[in-house]
Amino acid sequence: MTANGKPRTLFEKVWNAHTVRDQSEDTPAVLYIDLHLVHEVTSPQAFSMLRDRGLAVRRPDLTIGTMDHSTPTTPRNTLGVIPIADSMAAKQLDTFTQNCDDFGIPMYALGDEHQGIVHVIGPEKGLTQPGMTIVCGDSHTSTHGAFGALAFGIGTSEVGHVLATQTLLQNKPKTMAVNVEGKLGDGVTAKDIILAIIARIGIGGGTGHVFEYRGDAIRGLSMEGRMTVCNMSIEGGARAGMVAPDDTTFEYMNGRQHAPSGADWDAALARWRQLPTDAGAAFDQEITLRADELIPMITYGTNPGMGMPIDAAVPAPVDEPDVNRRVALDKALSYMDLQPGQQLLGKPIDVVFIGSCTNSRISDLRQAAAFIQGRKVADSVRMMVVPGSQQVKKQAEDEGLHEIFRAAGAEWREAGCSMCIAMNGDQLQPGQYAVSTSNRNFEGRQGKGGRTFLASPLTAAASAIAGAVSDPRTILSSAN
Amino acid sequence: MEKLNHIQGMIVAIPVNDIDTDQIIPARFLKVTDKAGLGKAAFCDWRYQDDGVTPNPDFVLNKSEYQGASVLIAGNNFGCGSSREHAPWALIGAGFKGVISTEFADIFRNNALKNGLLPIEVDAETQEQLVSLADEDPSTTVRVDVERQTLTLPDGRDVKFPLDGFSKYCLLNGVDQLGYLLNLHDDVRDFEAQNPQRVRTTA
Repeated sequence: MTANGKPRTLFEKVWNAHTVRDQSEDTPAVLYIDLHLVHEVTSPQAFSMLRDRGLAVRRPDLTIGTMDHSTPTTPRNTLGVIPIADSMAAKQLDTFTQNCDDFGIPMYALGDEHQGIVHVIGPEKGLTQPGMTIVCGDSHTSTHGAFGALAFGIGTSEVGHVLATQTLLQNKPKTMAVNVEGKLGDGVTAKDIILAIIARIGIGGGTGHVFEYRGDAIRGLSMEGRMTVCNMSIEGGARAGMVAPDDTTFEYMNGRQHAPSGADWDAALARWRQLPTDAGAAFDQEITLRADELIPMITYGTNPGMGMPIDAAVPAPVDEPDVNRRVALDKALSYMDLQPGQQLLGKPIDVVFIGSCTNSRISDLRQAAAFIQGRKVADSVRMMVVPGSQQVKKQAEDEGLHEIFRAAGAEWREAGCSMCIAMNGDQLQPGQYAVSTSNRNFEGRQGKGGRTFLASPLTAAASAIAGAVSDPRTILSSAN
Repeated sequence: MEKLNHIQGMIVAIPVNDIDTDQIIPARFLKVTDKAGLGKAAFCDWRYQDDGVTPNPDFVLNKSEYQGASVLIAGNNFGCGSSREHAPWALIGAGFKGVISTEFADIFRNNALKNGLLPIEVDAETQEQLVSLADEDPSTTVRVDVERQTLTLPDGRDVKFPLDGFSKYCLLNGVDQLGYLLNLHDDVRDFEAQNPQRVRTTA
């Protein structure tokens, strides 16, 4: 609490601890940034700006780079090198290497044992910690909020601001409590929670807000599950989503490379335990979902808000009272080539993608592998499994998960963003349907003309085996 | 950044809700290392046929009567999704100086303002009126006054739009925000002295 005893939210505590200057009538707040993550796609123009103005990177020791978006995930060649076929991507990666070298920023290059998706490696290395401010030129920076950090995506101009000054101009957002109460059923996961939240509030429902995910269903999630939930905050319009740190958080962090140790660990723990929202603190908005009422979720349309329980029927535009929403739904169904009232269960699919900053961590791969073990991917389906980082890949291989995927007929690939963003060679062909564990089903997101159903790793694995959209609970119960 | 005091220009409407930044500029165009040339890829997958080069004659930006439009009227919640600043760069490259919607995604709004592209947030009624006007008479023009924060419709009606004071100052004076932050060097140094470093990436 503050000196005057006014209860504060987790967000307010982190915000207040980082304001170099408070917001005034004339200027936004100036926020200090504890950690800046950079990657090859949204940084080149920022580095050019620094060069044009003769500026240095103020705190390279608070900055870290990794290659992830435009990198191929094709298996290594006989020399152990991941080949880059695309000359523009190669130039962008070379530019990134040069920029990080010139400005003294540590960076994990393609194929390095620590390289991976920026939002996978931050937590993995213990760089992501409770109470920090973290930014990256990537909207899924919200992932790091799972640790009780205030983490959000920024544009390239702002990347330049942080590189040069370690600060950002920000107007203070509002807060929304997102309560998820009760216990998840078998076959229902963190991904289903966040898809249900976004289906409820809509893709713009959180605009101007920071979410705080609360309630016993959230407390019951692993850190990786919490990251999946926070990751997609932006798909509900919120730049950031946070979960108060607790013993689950501390247990995950303890012993990681950049986590504090010894007496520093004890001091950090004492500090972190002060972060959770005080009893009686007010949020600007609040919504509540019942976890025990959730079943696996799937999207049917062209934004992540167009989601439904997997056994539901595709909604009909004629039932939509709002004209703009009716037009949008009609356009989406036309792109997806789906009919109103149609069931998605049993809909044949072409591709299954397990990966992305939403669902490429070891627990995601374990879930999918456990499901797929002893089964075969349908002949008509291409299944790609793309670990989020080289460390995740190594751990999965140590556990033999890659052999399970390969034996089932799936591809086991190198770490990167892969088919989530389709700017690296991994993409759908026009007209193909995919069940994807990624975060966006926008038109063309996974390749021009491609059609995406967003779902959990379990639903993706079940669908790969069936060759069609499938409810993982059906197979889980038949196995029991 | 160039000064922006007024916009006087033709309008064109893409009345689609939730236009995400992947539609404004698809990811395959993000392999660039500068900002040049993105204008021709704006709305690429709506604007061109499957070969990626032949204009789609039904798409409004390809119609001869809308050439030269500088104010885009969009559906609700414009610019959601990816944080790519390539979106405003592409819109500016395609000749736009302002976008009108009932709501803008947070990151897009920030990115647009830093590049002199004005997000003009209006009520649904005004938005609908503008969509109809653009449809009925492609020569329709609007006037935007940044200082007064007004959009003047063809019938002379002024509609106020929100704009934070600092962004307004930067637009009117053609200055970017980095200069302001650089001038706070001493404040940042003091903050760093009082707050221990959380991590050291170079360690």
